[in-house]
Amino acid sequence: MSKHGFVRRRGSVGLTLEEGERDLLNTLLGQLLELLEPEGSDAHEQLDPLAAMVGIGTATAVPDDPVLARLLPDAYGDDPEAASEFRRYTELSLRADKQARARSARASLAAPNGSVLSSDELDAWLRTLNDLRLALGTRLGVSEDLEAEAAALEALPEGDPLLLLHDIYGWLGYLQMTLLRTYER
Amino acid sequence: MEAPSEFVSEHVVPARPWVTIVWNDPVNLMDYVTHVFRTYFGYPREECERLMMAVHQEGRAVVSNGTREEMERDVAALHGYSLWATLQQDD
Repeated sequence: MSKHGFVRRRGSVGLTLEEGERDLLNTLLGQLLELLEPEGSDAHEQLDPLAAMVGIGTATAVPDDPVLARLLPDAYGDDPEAASEFRRYTELSLRADKQARARSARASLAAPNGSVLSSDELDAWLRTLNDLRLALGTRLGVSEDLEAEAAALEALPEGDPLLLLHDIYGWLGYLQMTLLRTYER
Repeated sequence: MEAPSEFVSEHVVPARPWVTIVWNDPVNLMDYVTHVFRTYFGYPREECERLMMAVHQEGRAVVSNGTREEMERDVAALHGYSLWATLQQDD
């Protein structure tokens, strides 16, 4: 994949991608949006409209899916009751905020290469890229043991889909770094 | 009208404060974590880098303290950035 990404020019920041990279991000963001959809009795059609309006859901337990558990973590590490209560009042809006940022990023993919992005759009990109990296990194079981990881990758046969996912994970990190660099003065 | 001094001294004993803790994870980039501390807390750059390194090397760092409500606000905001944050009473 190319060394494109976010570039600052004359005080404004734009994003330059190849067509395939654009499609890939579009697909990944679509998957993230789906993943963040409220579940069970918190699904939109199930929810008490008034409770939905003020963002109170019924979910009180940390999600089973390890990716969702990382994206929507418990707020209290040592007090399950307080964690449940906090989740009931915040999880729906956290999901909605993350979805809004994924949608914003996805919408800006339709603009031509180098189009100027607003500071809100850049913030949405920065955070949603992080969510994508967390989702992929959790699925891949990324750890800080770089040597063990390199050895595990080495052992995979050529063409293994995990190798592709690792490439994508690395590229998302690169893309996020190009964006972080645009904040430096 | 001024309150008698002994009245004041009885009431300034602070309750145990609450703290927000950020935990290390293997995915978030160090520069990203620093950026979030800069953007959300507005701490000076050196302080943000020190906190980020503490998270990275010690596995966790206290990033703010205050009332329980304030810490719930901080944790919710940090979850919005997908940092792994929790709150608890200071020990």
